[in-house]
Amino acid sequence: MTLDADTILSVRNLRTWFRTKYVTAKAVDGVTFDLKRGQTLAVVGESGSGKSVTSLSIIGLLSRPGAIESGEILFRDRSEKVQDLAKLGPRGFRAIRGREIAMIFQEPMTSLNPLYTVGDQIGEMIALHNKLDRHEARKRTLEMLQAVEIPDAKNRLDDYPHQMSGGMRQRVMIAMALACNPSLLIADEPTTALDVTIQAQILDLLRRLQEQMGMSILFITHNLGVVAEIAHEVVVMYAGQVVEHAPVIDLFARQKHPYTKGLLACTPNAARDLEPGGTRKALYSIPGSVPPITNLPPGCAFAPRCEYAIDACHAMPPSLTDAGADRLSRCLRSSEL
Amino acid sequence: MNVPETNRSDALLTVSGLVKRFPARNGRTVHAVEDVSFEIRRGTTVGLVGESGSGKTTAGRTLLRLIEPTEGQAIFDGVDIFALPEKQMRAYRQRMQIIFQDPFSSLNPRMRVEAIIGEALDACNFPKGERRKARIGELLTLVGLQPEHGRRFPHEFSGGQRQRIGIARALAVEPEFVVADEPVSALDVSVQAQVLNLLSDLQQRLGLTLLFIAHDLSVVEYLCDEVVVMYLGRIMERGPARAVYGSPRHPYTKALLATAPVPDPTRKRTRVPLQGDIPSPIDPPSGCVFRTRCPHAIDACAQTVPQAEHIGENHHVACIRQSELAVAS
Repeated sequence: MTLDADTILSVRNLRTWFRTKYVTAKAVDGVTFDLKRGQTLAVVGESGSGKSVTSLSIIGLLSRPGAIESGEILFRDRSEKVQDLAKLGPRGFRAIRGREIAMIFQEPMTSLNPLYTVGDQIGEMIALHNKLDRHEARKRTLEMLQAVEIPDAKNRLDDYPHQMSGGMRQRVMIAMALACNPSLLIADEPTTALDVTIQAQILDLLRRLQEQMGMSILFITHNLGVVAEIAHEVVVMYAGQVVEHAPVIDLFARQKHPYTKGLLACTPNAARDLEPGGTRKALYSIPGSVPPITNLPPGCAFAPRCEYAIDACHAMPPSLTDAGADRLSRCLRSSEL
Repeated sequence: MNVPETNRSDALLTVSGLVKRFPARNGRTVHAVEDVSFEIRRGTTVGLVGESGSGKTTAGRTLLRLIEPTEGQAIFDGVDIFALPEKQMRAYRQRMQIIFQDPFSSLNPRMRVEAIIGEALDACNFPKGERRKARIGELLTLVGLQPEHGRRFPHEFSGGQRQRIGIARALAVEPEFVVADEPVSALDVSVQAQVLNLLSDLQQRLGLTLLFIAHDLSVVEYLCDEVVVMYLGRIMERGPARAVYGSPRHPYTKALLATAPVPDPTRKRTRVPLQGDIPSPIDPPSGCVFRTRCPHAIDACAQTVPQAEHIGENHHVACIRQSELAVAS
């Protein structure tokens, strides 16, 4: 279990499967990536791509019948000790979750308990991990609410979640997640439920907090605009596998997988899709839809929707290979793209 | 009440002074839509944009009288449909349809697709039998599905296909005017483009007039001829899409456009994000409703509700400082 000194998380050939009596859904099937210290890695994909299951595997929150089938999740904790989270039991995770790795979710309302004030909920977690008494915990809670820029934080401590707006609740979630100064934050679509002006505030806040506290962020999203705003590196997932991995600037400059290319092309862009006279060109669209994970084609999972597909693509699944400086692509024809 | 000054004959729908208030607890009132006026010309697409709580969905639904308006007029093809008794309104309902956001909850899971579309045909007394079967097949083909799909149930379809069924149902009665309420926001990105292309294509082929309600600015810019920007129940700015996107004049429009994430990591982030949240529509700010978050607000903004000023062809802005801000920038 070796890990580069500047790598905090290394997911290696992770397979998380959901086995039932009749079918096996290979939600995550051989995912590999590294996250560097202090950086943000965005995992992009549509529904069913396996991006959320990947993050739940890392933080040990899979629910049955989902289970890690094979692979390693190497994580470097504060004391520089490297552990394999894929083999960690519930007791081991209790020491890590919240303290070393924290997570924020898409829907801040359902992640907060409606019966407790936000101060109590953040305080509980601080007291639990730091063995502080109530007064100290409350003081630290206030500091956290101020750190996430909640206006009039002192008076908002005793608010219940329903008294806050969606953006404020997401700030509370971030305060709670960062209260114990974790080295890794997993953010699963944290701005998807928010309006654009609020989304911009939350992205700014995450960027600032990352600079101050130095945590690494694994950012799960389907929105390529958000990726461009926040990520250092990007992993694109499709049908449970990584199809492309590249530094953010390179990825947007040139895509080495037809799926990534298609995703970018089908987001409307006035400069490209409107003629000077105002007539619309038809938007590029990827034909068909994401195949069910229980019934994937034998070759490349994207081949049936891919305009570059040749016979070889349908015959055998391609592997993730080098596609130029610091980047990988799971496509037989990546060199032609 | 402020009536659009150009009551042009090619307007299919002219909305003036639309107000919708809902009673809230303790005798208070939710001001969902306040004094909204705009028009939709025949065969064009108007985009209604705004954040959650801006009143865009309520405005769209009152236009079809799915929610009864509190005040105002909506002249549809020469007739004020807000003044019509329910019985006469029925005839107009055939001419105006809606496509809903969520293709999962807007289709009855226990009905076959042919029955879902058939229900719409019942509403216009379409004869049963072979002719109906052919018509359903025709509608399914129109939206890019196959006639055989009529025998299936909604759960057998993907999200994008379900949205196509919703579109087929709306088009079954051959409407002239369709309200599309966030029709692609529940869909995956790769499927969104398919549905947008379909809507754009159908509009051209059938000569539909569309009111497209959305929060995604790039989608609206692509699809719409004109844009209406709403905030907290009121119109901030409206005009041709090209003008509003190219030279936005209201501070809110500017902020919206500046905060929308752009898929370009090399773009410099110079924006100052809007501070704070959208206030409660139960107790909206006095004067300009945007003033509590506006970087340019002055004392006078709290005094009076700014009226829409005409600043270019069909381009209107409701901001008392719009001309001095235009000079300053």
